[in-house]
Amino acid sequence: MSDSFDARNYLENYDGPDFRIMEVCGTHTHEIFRQGIRRILSPKIKLISGPGCPVCVTPVSFIDEAVYLALEKGCTITTFGDLVRVPGSSMSLAGARAKGASVKVVYSPLDAVKYAASNPDEQVVFLSVGFETTTPSDVMAVKKAMTDGLDNFSILTANKTMPGAYEAMGKSCDAFLYPGHVHAITGTQICKDMCEKGVSGVIAGFTGDELLTALAIAAKKHSEGKPFFVNCYPRVVKDEGAPAAVAMVDKFMQPCDAEWRGIGVIPMSGVELRDEYAAYDARKKFAIPDQKKEYKTACRCGDVLQGKIIPKECPLFGKACNPDHPVGACMVSSEGACSAFFMYGGDL
Amino acid sequence: MSDVITLAHGSGGRKTSELIANMFKKNLGNEFFTADDAAVMPRPEGKIAMSTDGFIVSPWEFPGGNIGKLSVCGTVNDLACMGAKPLYLTCSYVIEEGFPIEDLEKIAEAMGETARKAGVRIVAGDTKVAGKGQVDKVFITTAGVGVIEEGVNLSGANAKPGDKIIVTGDVGRHGTCILLARDEYGIEADVKSDCAPLWDAVAAVLEACPEMHVIRDATRGGVGTVLYEICDQSDVGIKVDSEAVPVADEVRGVTGMLGLEPLYLACEGTMVMMCPAEYADKVVEALRKTEHAKGAKIIGEVTSDNKGRVVMTTGIGGMTYLPQPGNELLPRIC
Repeated sequence: MSDSFDARNYLENYDGPDFRIMEVCGTHTHEIFRQGIRRILSPKIKLISGPGCPVCVTPVSFIDEAVYLALEKGCTITTFGDLVRVPGSSMSLAGARAKGASVKVVYSPLDAVKYAASNPDEQVVFLSVGFETTTPSDVMAVKKAMTDGLDNFSILTANKTMPGAYEAMGKSCDAFLYPGHVHAITGTQICKDMCEKGVSGVIAGFTGDELLTALAIAAKKHSEGKPFFVNCYPRVVKDEGAPAAVAMVDKFMQPCDAEWRGIGVIPMSGVELRDEYAAYDARKKFAIPDQKKEYKTACRCGDVLQGKIIPKECPLFGKACNPDHPVGACMVSSEGACSAFFMYGGDL
Repeated sequence: MSDVITLAHGSGGRKTSELIANMFKKNLGNEFFTADDAAVMPRPEGKIAMSTDGFIVSPWEFPGGNIGKLSVCGTVNDLACMGAKPLYLTCSYVIEEGFPIEDLEKIAEAMGETARKAGVRIVAGDTKVAGKGQVDKVFITTAGVGVIEEGVNLSGANAKPGDKIIVTGDVGRHGTCILLARDEYGIEADVKSDCAPLWDAVAAVLEACPEMHVIRDATRGGVGTVLYEICDQSDVGIKVDSEAVPVADEVRGVTGMLGLEPLYLACEGTMVMMCPAEYADKVVEALRKTEHAKGAKIIGEVTSDNKGRVVMTTGIGGMTYLPQPGNELLPRIC
C-alpha cells in the first residue's frame, strides 16, 4: 500500500518533461480504465492505448477469410467470443451465423479440438489470434489434433509478435508499458535490445498497485533523460522467459509479415504454421482466395491504436459506433481502447 | 404413484387429484389452501401490493436451493421491496412429461418450507403437464399479495442526494452459483446461491428507519443494474466505494477468472437500500440482526452531480464509471 501511495503521489505531482507512454496490452488498457488511473496522472503524463488487444488488431481480411470458410466451405468456426462481432468487409461472423453458418464460441483452443473429435463429419477451424501469450496454446491444439489423428481440425492464423510492433510504434511514444504476460513467455532480452536502440520501456503487472508503480518508475526514468528498461514485474517475468513454450512455438511456427488493423503490414510481426504442418493450416487446406480488398470506413481505430487521437475524437465514437453496434474492432472487445473509454468514462 | 410425471397428471382427472393430495397439499397445505376454483381469505387492512414472477432457472436444482425455494423468495422479496408484508401466494406449475416425481417432491418440499419461514401462505395452485421437449423440466409462476403498513412509501424514484446506499449482503452469489452449476467452464468452486426470503430484514429496516426511501432486490442484472435504474428514476448520480462492496472470496476468484463484474451478477437474497444518512448506521445494525442480512454494509451514497451515472472510487484512489448494464450475461438464471 505504501508503495502505491508513493507512486500515486509521484504520478499526480509529476512535473518533469512531457511523457507519452503507450500500453500495448488489452488487459492493461482495461485495468487502467477500470482503476481510474488516467484521472490520477499529472497532465504532463499521457497514456496511449496501443495495439495490444488481439481482437482490435485483427484485420478485416481475416474476418472475411473466416466468413468465407463458414459460408462457402461449410466449415464450423470455433473462436473466442470477442471475434464473433468484429465487422468484416461485408459481415461479421455473427452475421454469417444468422445466414446459417456454424460458429461456436470456445474458451480454449483445446475445446475446439475436443469438438472436432466428437464431430468427425464437420470440418472444424479454430481462429488463432493473439500474441506470444496465447500462441503456445494454439500450437498445443495442433499438436493434440496430430497426436489424436484428427483430419477435420485446422487453424486460421493471425498470430502476432510484439517486437515488430514495438519498432513500428516506437516513434508514437516516449516509452512502452510492456505487457507482463507476453514477456513471461519471451523473457526480457527483447526489451533490453530495444533499449540499446533507444526505445524505452518498463514491464508491468496487472493490478492497480503494479500499474501505478511501473508508471511512476517509467516517469522518473524518463525525467532522467536516458533510454531505460526496468522489469517491474519480476515475480512473474524472468529474464529467460519460458523457454519450453518458445521452443514449442518455434517447432510449429515460422515468422511472417502480418497485417495489423488500422496500421498496415508490419514485416515479420506475425507467425504462421510451418509448411510441414500445412494440413492444419486452414488457409492452405481450403485454398482460401485472397480476401484483401479496398475497405472504406470513417472509423479511426488505426489512429486510436497509434495514439494519434483519443477515442472520443473519432467522429463515430459513441454515435454510430458503440458497444451494442461496434463499427471498429476497438469497440468490440472489452479490452479495446474505444470500448474501455466508452464504458468507464475515459474523460471522467 | 408412478415414478415420473405423465400427461395424465395434468388431465384434471384422478391422477391430478392424487398429485394435488399427495404432493402439493401435503407440502404446501394450510387453512386457506383450496381445491375449489378460488381461495377465500379475510380482507387485510390498508393498501395491498400484488406481484407475479415466472421461474425457469436451469438447472432446476443448485447449491443453496432449487426452483421451488426460488419461486417463493422471488415473489416474497418483490412484495417486501414495496414494504408489503407478504400474506398469500399462488403457484402455477408447468411440468415436462417424464419429470421424476421424486424431484417434484423436492421442489414442493422446498416451496413449503420456504413459505413457512417467510410467513406466507400458499393458497391456490395449478398444475399443467407439457409434452416431452415442450418445456425444460419444470417452470413455476408465483403471484403474491402483501399488505403495506401505514406511512410506508418506497419507490425507485425516492432517492435523494446525500442518501446512503446499503447492500444487505455480499453480491453476485446466485449468478456465479448458476454459472458454475451449468458446468460449462470447467471451474470448480464452492459457491452457494444466496436465495432467501427477506421480509424479516425489510420489516426490521422499516422499524429502524421511518423514512426509508428505496428498497430493491438485486435479481437479474445484479446490484449494478439496480443502481443505474435508481439513477434514472430519481434523476440523481451515485457514488460507490468499490473497496466497500462485499464480494465473497470464491465469487471474486471465479469472476476474476472469467472477466465478469460481480456487481452485474444476480442475487436472489440480497437487496439494495437507500435511506437518509442519519439513519444509515441504524439500518445496518438492524439488518445484521436478521438471519439473511448479517453481511449488510454501506457501499456508497446518492449524489446531485454525475446525474444518471454510477461513479466508482477505486482502491488506488482513482475514479471510474461503473460500465452501463449490457447484454444479459447468462440466460435462465431465475
